[in-house]
Amino acid sequence: MTEDDLRGLLARVKTGRLSRRGFVKRMAAVGFTAPMATQLLAIAGAAPAAAQSVPAYAPTRRGGGGPLKILYWQAATLLNPHFAVGTTNQEASRVFYEPLAGWAQDGTLHPVLAAEIPSIENGGLRADGRSVTWKLKRGVKWHDGQDFTADDVIFNWEYSKNPATAAVSIGSYRDINVVKVDDHTVRIEFEQPTPFWADAFVASRGMIIPKHLFKDYVGANARDAPANLRPVGTGPYRFVSFAPGDLLRGELNPTYHLDNRPHFDTIEIKGGGDAVSAARAVLQTGDFDYAWNMQVEDAILQRLEAAGRGKINIVEGGSVEFVQLNATDPNREVEGERAHISTQHPAFRDPAVREAMALLIDRNALQQFIYGRGGPATANFLNNPPRFRSPNTSHEFNIAKANEILDRAGWRRGGDGIRAKDGVRLSFVYQTSVNAPRQRTQAIYKQSAQRAGINLDLKSVTASVFFSADVANPDTYTKFFADMQMYTTTMPQADPQLFMNQYVSWEISKKENNWQGRNIVRWQNAEYDRIYREAESELDPVKRAALFIRMNDLIVGSNHVIPLVQRPTVSASLNTLKPVLSAWDNTHWLLSDWHRPS
Amino acid sequence: MAGSTPASATASAGAAPRVGPWQEAWRRFRKHRLAVASLFILGFIVLAVLVGPFIWRVPIDEIDFSVQLQGPSWAHPMGTDDLGQDVLARVLYGGRISLAVGFAAMMVAIVVGVLVGALAGMAGGRLDAALMWLTDLFLSLPELPLLLLIIYLFRDALTQVVGPELGVFILIVIIIGGFRWMPVARLVRAQFFSLREKEFVEAARALGASKPRLVTRHILPNAMGPVIVAGTIDVAAAIIAESTLSFLGLGFPPDTPTWGRLLFDAKDNLDFAPHWAIFPGAMIFLTVLSINFIGDGLRDAFDPRRVIGS
Repeated sequence: MTEDDLRGLLARVKTGRLSRRGFVKRMAAVGFTAPMATQLLAIAGAAPAAAQSVPAYAPTRRGGGGPLKILYWQAATLLNPHFAVGTTNQEASRVFYEPLAGWAQDGTLHPVLAAEIPSIENGGLRADGRSVTWKLKRGVKWHDGQDFTADDVIFNWEYSKNPATAAVSIGSYRDINVVKVDDHTVRIEFEQPTPFWADAFVASRGMIIPKHLFKDYVGANARDAPANLRPVGTGPYRFVSFAPGDLLRGELNPTYHLDNRPHFDTIEIKGGGDAVSAARAVLQTGDFDYAWNMQVEDAILQRLEAAGRGKINIVEGGSVEFVQLNATDPNREVEGERAHISTQHPAFRDPAVREAMALLIDRNALQQFIYGRGGPATANFLNNPPRFRSPNTSHEFNIAKANEILDRAGWRRGGDGIRAKDGVRLSFVYQTSVNAPRQRTQAIYKQSAQRAGINLDLKSVTASVFFSADVANPDTYTKFFADMQMYTTTMPQADPQLFMNQYVSWEISKKENNWQGRNIVRWQNAEYDRIYREAESELDPVKRAALFIRMNDLIVGSNHVIPLVQRPTVSASLNTLKPVLSAWDNTHWLLSDWHRPS
Repeated sequence: MAGSTPASATASAGAAPRVGPWQEAWRRFRKHRLAVASLFILGFIVLAVLVGPFIWRVPIDEIDFSVQLQGPSWAHPMGTDDLGQDVLARVLYGGRISLAVGFAAMMVAIVVGVLVGALAGMAGGRLDAALMWLTDLFLSLPELPLLLLIIYLFRDALTQVVGPELGVFILIVIIIGGFRWMPVARLVRAQFFSLREKEFVEAARALGASKPRLVTRHILPNAMGPVIVAGTIDVAAAIIAESTLSFLGLGFPPDTPTWGRLLFDAKDNLDFAPHWAIFPGAMIFLTVLSINFIGDGLRDAFDPRRVIGS
């Protein structure tokens, strides 16, 4: 589809000759997903009045649903969304805090604290992509009775963009300017035309914290705020108690801003355990209503499902399980810092070694025997929405070819069968979190690497340590003090802009930024940086998609990143529960609408 | 408990032929039927683990998805795991590590315990008090949390020097051994206190024997009985501790199939493929149980005041 065709179609929608649904269908036919199509409509001034993407809500009164029990086998440790590194902390925060809008599964924005979604029709968006105006919902109250106003929204911007606060959401707020228009209207101004405007104040990065409780804790003392552990939000449930790493309790908010919601009287989020026991707790014993992230071999899930109590929900998103080959040397200290950015990995700096590593993992076996429904094999880092999926990549499992490449590059087998060159042995520490499918993947990788003369020392770290934000712990994935590591990275929005900043040079994870940077593999590439900057201000959706595909090809082509399988969101819920899920936002993005049909 | 002086109720029966203390101990040990049976079982397990991999030559990490999670068969007597790896080969290999950890940790515990106990028992006075305070201090430290902490602190440093498998082995052995010497030290000290006042020691002293000679030739040999008993219990405790660590996903690297690690891997499939967990579980159970029975038998054998009919 050419740019002209696209503009023609958009014009027909605007004049009413083509329905919005028809437009989305046509776009889908040529590979554009609903999320992108609706964003296109919004930019072109033909956005739908409201998202029709949320399932109907049945209950006719507030409360009466009894307790809702949710199981997260990785437990939350704090409840401030601006410090929520892992998904679990975001999810726990989302119970109490809400953004202006969230992403529905079809990629449309669904207003939460906003009165409406900005569009060109309602004057919220400017055609040049330089500003967006949000109208806030009136009559929203914080749990402590104070009014929610534009001042709170402005405060979140000031709070997060302050580098001393060290918020993880800083990337979404650093480069924008937010202006208060009146008590219930704010305008976000961009320096450059910004095609992806729905980032600040939206979804997981956009949860709003109250100004009146956090205003004395901006900057270096931000971590000392008592409300970091005792949240006061606007959400459907009020805070009751929290034991970090264990149990979070909430109760119905009687002044919630939506009628008849929430349905449940209390909410309990239990952390800890592992994925399999979580699956059992829902599917086999029915002790919990919902369990998140069923990273369990599919064969086990199918056997558990056969009990007939609950079901597995599979929601297609952009998450990908992948292996990183460290670009820096984790075994050498420079200026007291391991894996310093000035170092190069002694073995992985040779492209031949990286290419061989990519040939040595059997992705089809992973899909067929380990992940099943929960993990289609992929050669791409950026898999969804489909219009951003690169057609230029392929994956192959070929031990003979890997051997040939290594022979040609001069890596000779030593007496112990391990290849070496100039005193550098191909022996790597390969770390991941403790999780059965990951340990199986490690075993499979190790065996085939062995046949190519590469030794892998396997290391598994407890998930609560591996994914923690603990600056003092050397085993966290953001520090990456190993040669290789493997985990799943999530894509919380229907747009790849934030997702693909994981490889730009200014996001490198290092001591200076307390290892909060998103570029964990510490790969640097000037072309990638340039293309990323270009995509940030490219308004033409077709050209923009091409730029993101090029970025994917660059990082995958470097083989510093080896994608294994896609990870749709797989969760377990009781047959009696109606959760509203979306792969483009947190699990709890619309917790207010979860209910049990009577 | 007194030292195992040769004079026992049965040995003094007159007509019996002269036997040395070790033969006498063996004679008494044989009377404990469970202990003898356990000795055979443990001997068989040790033999299987040492020689088994040379006879059962299936590799421990051969992945074959066509035989996932199969029950016991002639090709795989203990079945296969979810990657189609042979459980028997892994149990045999894992046994080497589990048993090596057990015996090495026992050696550490006994060496340290005897040293501390002997020093305290011979010196007395201030050194004795200080050493007993140290013993009390170690007794009050919780073993497992400290083990986790030390592994977390030192694993990286040590694995860089000697590799991950040996590094973890050394750590676990030192820590488990380092937390099991206290009962041994107490036993040895008590033995020393009672033995050094005995007539035969006084006689040796009167003949001008030096202190080291008194300790090594006269007191220590007579104090070894209870120490050996305590040592057998330590072997079992170390095997259990290693299994616990591996079961928690710590300890040895995930591809090293110790018995505890095999259980950890198998637990998700317990209701679909019980064989995967039962065999390594049974090995731990049998080993620990037989070691405990052997310890029981040894206690009977070395306790001269216990009357055992001939």
